[in-house]
Amino acid sequence: MAPNRALYEQVILEHNKKPRNFREMPDATNAIEGYNPLCGDHFTIYVKMNGDIVEDISFAGAGCAISKSSASVMTTLIKGKTKSEAEALFASFHKLVTSPPDVPVDEEKAGRLAVFAGVREFPVRIKCATLAWHTLLSALDGKAGSVSTE
Amino acid sequence: MASGTTIFSSTGKPTAPRRPPLSALDVTRLRDDFPALHVRRHNKELVYLDNAATSQKPRAVIATESHYYEAQNANVHRGMHYLSEIATSAYEDARMKMQRFLGASLSCEIIFTRGTTEAINLVAQTYGRQNIGAGDEIIISAMEHHSNIVPWQMLCEVTGSVLRVIPITDEGEIILEEYEKLLTPRTKLVSVLHVSNALGTVNPVKQMTEMAHRIGVPVLIDGAQATPHMAVNVKDIGCDFYACSGHKMFGPTGIGVLFGRAELLNKMPPFMGGGDMILSVTFEKTQYNGLPYKFEAGTPNIAGVIGLGAAVEYVEAIGMERIAAYEHEITQYGTQLLESIDGVKLVGTARNKAGVLSFTMDNAHAHDIGQILSEEGVAIRAGHHCAQPLMQRFGVAATARASLAFYNTREDLDALAAGIRKVKEVFD
Repeated sequence: MAPNRALYEQVILEHNKKPRNFREMPDATNAIEGYNPLCGDHFTIYVKMNGDIVEDISFAGAGCAISKSSASVMTTLIKGKTKSEAEALFASFHKLVTSPPDVPVDEEKAGRLAVFAGVREFPVRIKCATLAWHTLLSALDGKAGSVSTE
Repeated sequence: MASGTTIFSSTGKPTAPRRPPLSALDVTRLRDDFPALHVRRHNKELVYLDNAATSQKPRAVIATESHYYEAQNANVHRGMHYLSEIATSAYEDARMKMQRFLGASLSCEIIFTRGTTEAINLVAQTYGRQNIGAGDEIIISAMEHHSNIVPWQMLCEVTGSVLRVIPITDEGEIILEEYEKLLTPRTKLVSVLHVSNALGTVNPVKQMTEMAHRIGVPVLIDGAQATPHMAVNVKDIGCDFYACSGHKMFGPTGIGVLFGRAELLNKMPPFMGGGDMILSVTFEKTQYNGLPYKFEAGTPNIAGVIGLGAAVEYVEAIGMERIAAYEHEITQYGTQLLESIDGVKLVGTARNKAGVLSFTMDNAHAHDIGQILSEEGVAIRAGHHCAQPLMQRFGVAATARASLAFYNTREDLDALAAGIRKVKEVFD
């Protein structure tokens, strides 16, 4: 099977075509823009916090299939989670996409994020996969404005 | 616009080639001169369509560089010994080759730099600081590469001068009427590119130079994307400065050229201080060397210069007119091919265009296009092409760009089209 199939898993293509929670959120408690100056991808992540819990999350912007689908999958996983749960999810996602390509993926642990394991073969795409996550963490830290991958 | 045998000179006027364009057979033979064109991926030869980023190097260039290190290596303009003499002579020979290639009157008008970027910065920091002050204006165009934007912005910050931008049409052509309006007594310099790296547009640089000269304004032409593809003659264009890069024109990386009219160069202060650019140094006063050495401080990229000389010799043996005519044919072929694919939109459709096919696709982002094409063995560039203001002008974040050289074939473009169909399969 061509490596592309591994990178562009059906789930990724599907989220790219029909991104979830892809909307602006006028009543967000925080919104922050993430930008990758190397490729121009930019997404704004909106969160509505209820205490420590992410009650609602959405995103808007433009980017490649990897960055867009990663943002989309992320929003589906984060809704209803606490800040520390979100941080733990990102830590395991980051570990997954930056691990050597020959390390077997723990499908059970990675869950719905396992589809992004193909990124490991393409180091330049790691930043695409993590852009939305980095932005989310900044938003949860209460930062404002925009963050850059560089 | 015209038949396959009508080509465009550096001035934008059609000229009849003296020799017939390269045939497919000629190109097959020439490809053998380029080892990197035979790199294999997935059991196929790589299709290299990223020539606007950098060109591949013929064996003649690689051999010349390695011969320099093996048989000529010494510092130039210094030693009294045998090796230094032959290194100096090879270095200065390359300067004369470059003079002939660009049609400059004098070899001392050829300054070696690290590339086009350094050449433009040199002019900004010397001519610019000396002659451009608060309220003065510098004119560039909307299609400039960052290397012909940022050096001027840096100058504007220091001097209080103002950057003015010539707008372009939706096809990617400079609007000359708007340019005319921007030329005022406040204008102190015009700096425009000859061929657009992102659109392929060939600008009417001769006419634009004449227009600026009518009010006494000097002109710099960024020729990085012109010298690999067409005959360039700085005297015919009439420009005051012309910049180009070795690695784009089949030469080594890290070497480029600034042509400047001697009259201007003589009046300009040095760019960098150091060895080779001086006649005498005391702690009280330093006397600068004459042209071209005044602008070549420190030990230069000797191997690069000599390698660039070999590149110039190589393309001249083929003939720049023949290269231009052949590239025009395959560019038209590629344009038709891409236009025939549903959902593909070309960005940059100027009447006078060099071999750049910049495009977007309805359902796939440029980076995903580039990724899939790479897996199909086709090398293109995806991104903003160091021309972010231009991308904004066309309302796109990025484009996919296939850029041609004379060693590309119709088969290469067929592979590109097949790759694009694959992208559609995945994303449509």
